[in-house]
Amino acid sequence: MKEFFEFFSFADANIRYVTLGSVLLASSSAVVGCFTLLRKRALVGDAVAHAVLPGVCLAFILSGTKNPFILLIGAFVTGWLSLVAIDFITSRSRIKEDTAIGLVLSVFFGIGILLLTSIQHSGNAAQSGLDKFLFGKAASLVGEDLITFSVVAVLLLIAVILYYKELTLLCFDQAYARTIGFPVRGLELLLTTLTVFAVVVGIQAVGVVLMAAMLITPAAAARFWTENLKVMLVLAAFMGAFSGIAGAFVSYTAPAMPTGPWIVLIVSMIAILSFALAPRRGWIARILRQRRNKTRILEENLLKLLFQLGELRQDYEASRSLDDLLERRSIPPKQALRGLQKLKRQGYLKKENQRWLLTTEGEKRGRRVVRLHRLWELYLTQYLNLASDHVHEDAETIEHIITPELEQKLLEELNYPDLDPHSARIP
Amino acid sequence: MILQVENPVVEVHDLTVSYDRKPVLWGIDLTLPAGALVGVIGPNGAGKSTLIKAMMDLLASSSGYVRIFDQPLKQVYNRISYVPQRESVDWDFPASVFDVVLMGRYGKLGLFKRPRKADKDAAMEALEKVGMQSYADRQISQLSGGQQQRVFLARALAQNADIYFMDEPFAGVDIATETAIIQLLRQMRDEGKTVIVVHHDLQSASEYFDWVVLLNMRLVASGPTEKVLTQELLEQTYGGKLTLLSNVGDLLRKQEFPAREKL
Repeated sequence: MKEFFEFFSFADANIRYVTLGSVLLASSSAVVGCFTLLRKRALVGDAVAHAVLPGVCLAFILSGTKNPFILLIGAFVTGWLSLVAIDFITSRSRIKEDTAIGLVLSVFFGIGILLLTSIQHSGNAAQSGLDKFLFGKAASLVGEDLITFSVVAVLLLIAVILYYKELTLLCFDQAYARTIGFPVRGLELLLTTLTVFAVVVGIQAVGVVLMAAMLITPAAAARFWTENLKVMLVLAAFMGAFSGIAGAFVSYTAPAMPTGPWIVLIVSMIAILSFALAPRRGWIARILRQRRNKTRILEENLLKLLFQLGELRQDYEASRSLDDLLERRSIPPKQALRGLQKLKRQGYLKKENQRWLLTTEGEKRGRRVVRLHRLWELYLTQYLNLASDHVHEDAETIEHIITPELEQKLLEELNYPDLDPHSARIP
Repeated sequence: MILQVENPVVEVHDLTVSYDRKPVLWGIDLTLPAGALVGVIGPNGAGKSTLIKAMMDLLASSSGYVRIFDQPLKQVYNRISYVPQRESVDWDFPASVFDVVLMGRYGKLGLFKRPRKADKDAAMEALEKVGMQSYADRQISQLSGGQQQRVFLARALAQNADIYFMDEPFAGVDIATETAIIQLLRQMRDEGKTVIVVHHDLQSASEYFDWVVLLNMRLVASGPTEKVLTQELLEQTYGGKLTLLSNVGDLLRKQEFPAREKL
């Protein structure tokens, strides 16, 4: 707990820098990742992430320093090369893109590990810390590194803002973009370059192995919450930033821990929560929607039963017992009772001596369900030429979802009929 | 019956287009008159969409060229408008109807510039023309097929182009939408625009179009509707595939032969 306050008071200048750096890195790659995701190129980000490792190692071998700018150039070159290789393989052979990505990823990463191992055994004292590129270390983001990578991260954000309109159209409808004269090739190149840069800066915090998660997970999580691209970009940036801070904190309190896995775990938790909790698209929202449908069906069925009993005995005012209802339709008694009580609370039913009767509103609603049922049966027999003994089951469901507008249309198309296919009156 | 016109708005010269080396369109020579409502008609797999896409430079051609307003396509981007097939995009994209229609103004805006008030007015006007103004804020993922088609049409209208290329605008739309669209296209023609439509329904073709292009891997006919939609020409278009042509195409692909000799 002490460390928590120590860290989040940001009293230590070092902590301030590390936090700022992590936030910038994580949010810039999350923003670029949104476009990669929408362009359905999520896997490509993973390939690039792995492919920057040999670049970092080569740059170190050739220059002998850990100057961040030089390492960045090395990473950029091999990251780019991997994309060129994927494109080349896909267009010049019969190998499909997913296979090409798999091939390129493993070859580049393999070379990277090879180089890294040989550097580590070379006895070069300057090499210590190079292995941070594998799993990331946010706390090592200080001094020159921090400045270089933060500048790149800010440039990325600026590029996305400047080219927002173009990137959006590229992701939504590339063919159309070409016909209005957009330089689509150039824009593709731009997005590729942004992706490579996002990866290159992101690996400082997360490492090459898990970088794809930083690119894609915040974007995928943000997509669940919104249907607006601008909101999605901001949300993804915040989710990235949050996990960045968390990663910096872990990196600060437990120096022996690799930061990357922690950041990825946290951003994955955010994603899982988003999948579950998001309105409309989330699991829980969907489960609730289904339950709402179920109770609506139950309630309307109960009202329908009461109305039908009234119709049968030509007396809508009389009260019925639960058994009267269950005799006509088998509903689990407990469920039926709960439904009846709810309808009473809503004012559709009254209860007298353990017997139930419809209020005026209840009768109206019950009548409507019966009407819709019979209208739909008639529609099916007339327009789909179904036999009259085949239409009941279908109408049982449809009666609950027809809107007033559709009801009006049905009435018009059927010419305001009096009788359904079973010669029952349509109320 | 291939009628070439003077001062054409579209000129296609010796166009051959191949997929994976197999030609799907052979040596198309075609000219289209200004201010016409043109239907491109042929059976499935005849290369109708391919022709439009090649005209839009979306597909590389093995031979030949396309000129629009007597200029290469690159010179006239601001005078042309393309309506892709509805299925060509993922409608589960985070955008509203208005966002998509506004894309029709992007070409005029150029890079970096944000849509101005006037562009938004133009987009709204285009939405009104297709009867979708009340859907402006609706998410595109919630649209029906007919509504998606109208949105694409509105986007094209927002471009204020002189010539429109539409790929199957009537595919999978309801009758009401089809009637509304054809009325709109007629209105555009009456304003002097040229509208070229890929269409698959022979029944309605004679009623809809002034000029018909019959296509089945090669150009069968091009001319005024009443002269082209004859029994004989239709039989040539729909009377089975040219098996020999298809076989030669397959051979080109298998042997990895170029469709044209390179010097």
